[in-house]
Amino acid sequence: MKNVLNRFVPRGYIPFQGSKTIINSSKRKLIPEVYTSNANKLCGSLAEVFDKLNITDGMTLSFHHHLRNGDYCLNMVMQEASKRGIKNLTLAPSSLFPVHAPLVPLIENQTVTKIYTNYLNGPVAKTISEGKLKELLVMQTHGGRARAIEAGELSIDVAFVAAPAADKKGNANGVDGPSACGALGYAIPDVKYAKKVVIITDNLVENLDYIEIDEKYVDYVVVVDKIGEQSGIVSGTTKITRDPVALKIARNTAQLLNELGLIKNGFSLQTGAGGTSLAVASEVKKIMLEKNITASFASGGITAYFVEMLEAGLINELWDVQCFDLEAVRSYKVNKKHYGMSSSKYANPYEEDVVVNKLDFVILGATEIDLNFNVNVTTDSKGLLIGGSGGHSDTAAGANVTIITTPLIKSRIPIIKKELTTISTPGEDVDVLVTERGIAINPKRTDLLDKLQNSKLNILPIEQLLEISYQYTGIPEPIKKSDKVIGVVEYRDGTIIDSIYKLGED
Amino acid sequence: MRRSLLFIPGNNPAMLQNADVFESDAVIIDLEDAVSISEKDSARNLVKNFLNSYRLPIEVIIRINGMDTDFYQADLEAIVSNNIDTILLPKANPRDLIKLDQILSKIEQKNGLTKKIGVIPIIELASSILDVREIATSPRVNGLLLGAEDLSSDLEVSRTLAGDEIFYARSMIAISCRAYNIDAIDTPFTDVRNEEGLLADSQKARGLGMNAKACIHPNQIDIVNKIFSPSKEQIEQALRILKAFENAQKEGKGVFSLDGKMVDKPIIERAKKTIDKAKRFGLI
Repeated sequence: MKNVLNRFVPRGYIPFQGSKTIINSSKRKLIPEVYTSNANKLCGSLAEVFDKLNITDGMTLSFHHHLRNGDYCLNMVMQEASKRGIKNLTLAPSSLFPVHAPLVPLIENQTVTKIYTNYLNGPVAKTISEGKLKELLVMQTHGGRARAIEAGELSIDVAFVAAPAADKKGNANGVDGPSACGALGYAIPDVKYAKKVVIITDNLVENLDYIEIDEKYVDYVVVVDKIGEQSGIVSGTTKITRDPVALKIARNTAQLLNELGLIKNGFSLQTGAGGTSLAVASEVKKIMLEKNITASFASGGITAYFVEMLEAGLINELWDVQCFDLEAVRSYKVNKKHYGMSSSKYANPYEEDVVVNKLDFVILGATEIDLNFNVNVTTDSKGLLIGGSGGHSDTAAGANVTIITTPLIKSRIPIIKKELTTISTPGEDVDVLVTERGIAINPKRTDLLDKLQNSKLNILPIEQLLEISYQYTGIPEPIKKSDKVIGVVEYRDGTIIDSIYKLGED
Repeated sequence: MRRSLLFIPGNNPAMLQNADVFESDAVIIDLEDAVSISEKDSARNLVKNFLNSYRLPIEVIIRINGMDTDFYQADLEAIVSNNIDTILLPKANPRDLIKLDQILSKIEQKNGLTKKIGVIPIIELASSILDVREIATSPRVNGLLLGAEDLSSDLEVSRTLAGDEIFYARSMIAISCRAYNIDAIDTPFTDVRNEEGLLADSQKARGLGMNAKACIHPNQIDIVNKIFSPSKEQIEQALRILKAFENAQKEGKGVFSLDGKMVDKPIIERAKKTIDKAKRFGLI
């Protein structure tokens, strides 16, 4: 079966029909929140938790990724599962990182046979790309994951929640203790709707000043030596790039935003944590200072750069679903205007007053973009899993203007493609592509084109940008794709926007 | 008329590919100091083939190896074509410039060039400072570039942030270039991460009469272009002066005043130059 973007959808899944079609025509599904009746929560070990919860074959276990590449908890839990010979587990971590490499043999020996996640890279991603996961990988968006959990579509048997601080009653937060990671936004749907919730902490305290996870949801608390490595939280590059090409893209993006009238008093923004995104923020900041204006809020994953802007009074509020560096962790703990939010409040398509819908603009990346502005952030051009939507599709759908920034050519490969390897975000939600050699505006945004009529920026049709990249790279030969589907990209409404294929033989 | 000239190593394909991405007025593809002796041949071939494949929309300058080396002739043979505009000659002296003119004329004729290649001598020897007027009036020369690092070595002085050691050289070059109506191009600022230093150094050079500056990193171009372009206020004032001049002419007045100050010929000429520059650099 094909979906509206003419991409294959495996049997049993609902094809993507357009970014708002299902959301506008259906109501929010909510299963009841699950409260605990257990009073005696403290467990001496994970083994005890497994015994008490009778974790067995075929269950679904979930994890959050706030400790990012510093997380020890998923590996700890899976080691216990493996020791017990449990098989056919479904995992639902909000993301997977290279630190989770110990999952590889567990995928190969079918301890784990299905995975739902929002983002993955490293050895696990490679193993799945090689077709070694028994069932299909389901790549959800951050908002889509929250929606699927609350609707009961992604039914979690046990949510394991790494918590930097907890009390024995099960209250927990992410801000105190040696492994503080800040906001715990991605864990909130799991905590509310999983059948059982286990807090894993390395910092059991008598009382918490700040409670992010309420004891009413928590069944057990287990204390371990260390839940993770704080230094592993830092998300890739969190410093402004020095790369001159990226800086040019950033300058052009800021100028474009200014010409579109988007940098005005009270505006709202989201950028990623990468060097180019921060460079855009830096250029936007210069314009803000020149114009003497402030932003109402910035959202998403928060970095030190946005903390600095908050503290300088340039941004009034930060809405933080996860902290990307330790400065953000510090700020989240002490600054009253640095708010936490659940992944649902951030990006759930059915959430009332959802943050992504209030964004004036979002700056996003792409590994590939096609002539219809569809974007791939899930696989590289050979089909290897290297990421995932995370909040890409959610913010693109919500923000008034969605801007993709990318060099036209990366490692001698053109980024604009006639056909994408994988579609992550539909082109109907992508408005602008900014590259070092020109800017393309999605033709459906005639309002933006009208505003840019007298612009000195180099605005070109996306087809022309493709031709320019071919002048440097030649026309790339198509990469052999395997026919074997190993996963699906689930759009935020639960429909399938694309299939993911096994890596082709080289 | 140039403001910024970006050096790009001739042996770096990734940087060559982006040569015209940044807003420099010219690109200087370097076959000299950036390329080690063992890579001279391959860099020459790379640059030649790159320029045959991509027509850069900005001035293309090639820094050849000095005429005191064994490489400059092969550089010229390989590189002189309609794809380039200018040769940048290290350690220039009047004698070499005459020889270079002769060689270029031969190659231009042999290869059927449809344009005449220009020359920018680098002033980086104490003797070149003394010869600067002769160098500035040598054939094909359309600008002089101050090479402060080598000049300081020759003078046996240290380079400083304040640049007092090159004050005379800058002034000499600026005055000579102005006298012969060619570009006075300032030495690059070598600390690529020091934006404030670059700003101050560019302001100082401009204050002494230099009208352009070489850049050794693309991130320097914005600041250099800004400093060596007429400011918004200068452009507005120049437009007002020219408008007042036009009105005065209609009224048959030889001399007129604006904002209570008398406007005479040098002020009008300067306003015209400002507007020419502004137009040339797309500022109006």
